[in-house]
Amino acid sequence: MTTSDAPHTPAIEARGLTRRFGDVTSVDGIDLDVHPGELVALLGPNGAGKTTTLRMLTTLLAPSAGTARVAGHDVTREPAHVRAAIGYVGQKHGTGHAHHGRDELADHARAHGQSAAEARTRIAALEAALELDGLLDRKSMTLSGGQRRRLDVALGLVNNPGILFLDEPSTGLDPQNRANLHAFLRDLHASRGTTLVLTTHYLEEADALADRVVVIDHGRVIADDAPAALKCRLGDALELTFASADAARTAAPAVAALAGVHDGTLAVEDRTVRARLPHADRAAAELVPRLAAEGPAPVALAVTPSTLDDVFLNLTGRRLRDAAAPADQEVAA
Amino acid sequence: MSTAPLTTAAPAAAAAPRSRGRLAPDTWRVMRRELRPLMREPVMMVMALVQPLVFLAMFAPLLPDGVAGASPLQWFVPGIVTMAGLMGASMTGSNLTEEIMSGSHERLLVSPISRTALIVGRAVKELVPMTVQTAIIVAVCAPFAFTVHPSGILVGMAILAPFCVGVGALSYALALASEGQEWLFWTVQQTLLFPVLLLAGVLLPLDGAPGWLQALSKANPLRPIVGAERALFAGDFPAQDLAWAAFASLAVLAVGLAVGLRAMHRAGR
Repeated sequence: MTTSDAPHTPAIEARGLTRRFGDVTSVDGIDLDVHPGELVALLGPNGAGKTTTLRMLTTLLAPSAGTARVAGHDVTREPAHVRAAIGYVGQKHGTGHAHHGRDELADHARAHGQSAAEARTRIAALEAALELDGLLDRKSMTLSGGQRRRLDVALGLVNNPGILFLDEPSTGLDPQNRANLHAFLRDLHASRGTTLVLTTHYLEEADALADRVVVIDHGRVIADDAPAALKCRLGDALELTFASADAARTAAPAVAALAGVHDGTLAVEDRTVRARLPHADRAAAELVPRLAAEGPAPVALAVTPSTLDDVFLNLTGRRLRDAAAPADQEVAA
Repeated sequence: MSTAPLTTAAPAAAAAPRSRGRLAPDTWRVMRRELRPLMREPVMMVMALVQPLVFLAMFAPLLPDGVAGASPLQWFVPGIVTMAGLMGASMTGSNLTEEIMSGSHERLLVSPISRTALIVGRAVKELVPMTVQTAIIVAVCAPFAFTVHPSGILVGMAILAPFCVGVGALSYALALASEGQEWLFWTVQQTLLFPVLLLAGVLLPLDGAPGWLQALSKANPLRPIVGAERALFAGDFPAQDLAWAAFASLAVLAVGLAVGLRAMHRAGR
């Protein structure tokens, strides 16, 4: 067993990873550690530098500065070792338009050093796992978007990689195909322990799929935690409406006294008191009977759990959906 | 979809990349991959022949009898064979342009396949369409005023082969350089194609050309190759001309591979 196989070797270890395109700094000194078996989503608006980061980690793009080790190997000095250890599902399709899926899978397996028999067994397993029956002996351009995406995932898994990278894996998929892909990836992660690193600009995808979300904006990591922890830290929005503005003002100190209310988030506006705090649902359940006993009682109550979009808004002052950087920045990568 | 079937005897991911000495199998794999769509639809090889055959049908009859002391067809066919080779090889990069756009090129770059094999395998594959095209042109012309000298044709193809592989490699390099601006590929290819053909005397003899044209054509490596093809297709083997043509062809091969390898190894730098 070589040192690269040792279980404590980080799957990814990036330090100061930077990529410049002319005057544009697409990735600006990213540090990232991913442990074997993690399921990490790089989340950010278009142009944030997620794809450029992924391309550096998968040896497709040389860093302008900084270092990265993937599966224990330096991406610049030992790209061949990195390629042997990873699987990659790109934004576009892995198979040539005029090629048959089975040929592409077999070539890919053989290039990874599998024997013809090993390749056949592996392809049969992938064919069954990804429901590709009857689709591998046709030109790949005749496949539907969802079918072709499953073939792309199969290509990424041919060599049974310990780390699978996926760049915007569900872009262009309909909701059902997207849900199926998510289920498959979760299953792969749970049953095989595969380390998964994906980029996405879909909040829902990062939220639903990932154990850990690395939020990237303007080429920097601006947050890095479990989705629940990120949202919990931001807290939920609590909104209590009273019969009168006077009642609202009277009740405001009781709201302010709740545990964990974030500084500067308490606001009284006409008949409504607003605040942001962790676990606002539980806090409200405890507060309302107290207010009913001591007065004034609220007439309406709303608790809005925070989303990753709120997290992004809180961190950057922008909504994720509106935050796309100037066009072409990411494409140029 | 379920990962259950994946538990059956999955080959372990390679802990180390395959050792050196895999260049030949990788090159063979890349070449076979390039040829598969052609083999499934051989008509694609004929597509590159349309223009040369049109020239053959509509241009050859315009040539005066006794061009360079031969029948017009005998003089023109070697040029058309060369033209078909140049056209096919110079257009071949468009396949890579398509693969860059579709994403399959990127997937190959993340695989352990050698970068050298990715360019050499593709370029060497040009030999197949070149051979098929030559056979078709010769077969089409054989019933007319064209004498077939098989040994001359075989040697002619051997001399043309390195040139085609070299041009193919250059075409792939152009495709790599045109990434993100695909119009560039066709603009450059079309702009260079006809000057190279005309300055090699493929379509018209250069004997009466003015001095500046003569000077330009001397710098064209295709000129000695076309000259050698004409001699060989007529059944002559002028040793010195053939040696010079072989040298020009190998020079194009060397330059093409050097530029192509550099472009492929620089991908992503």
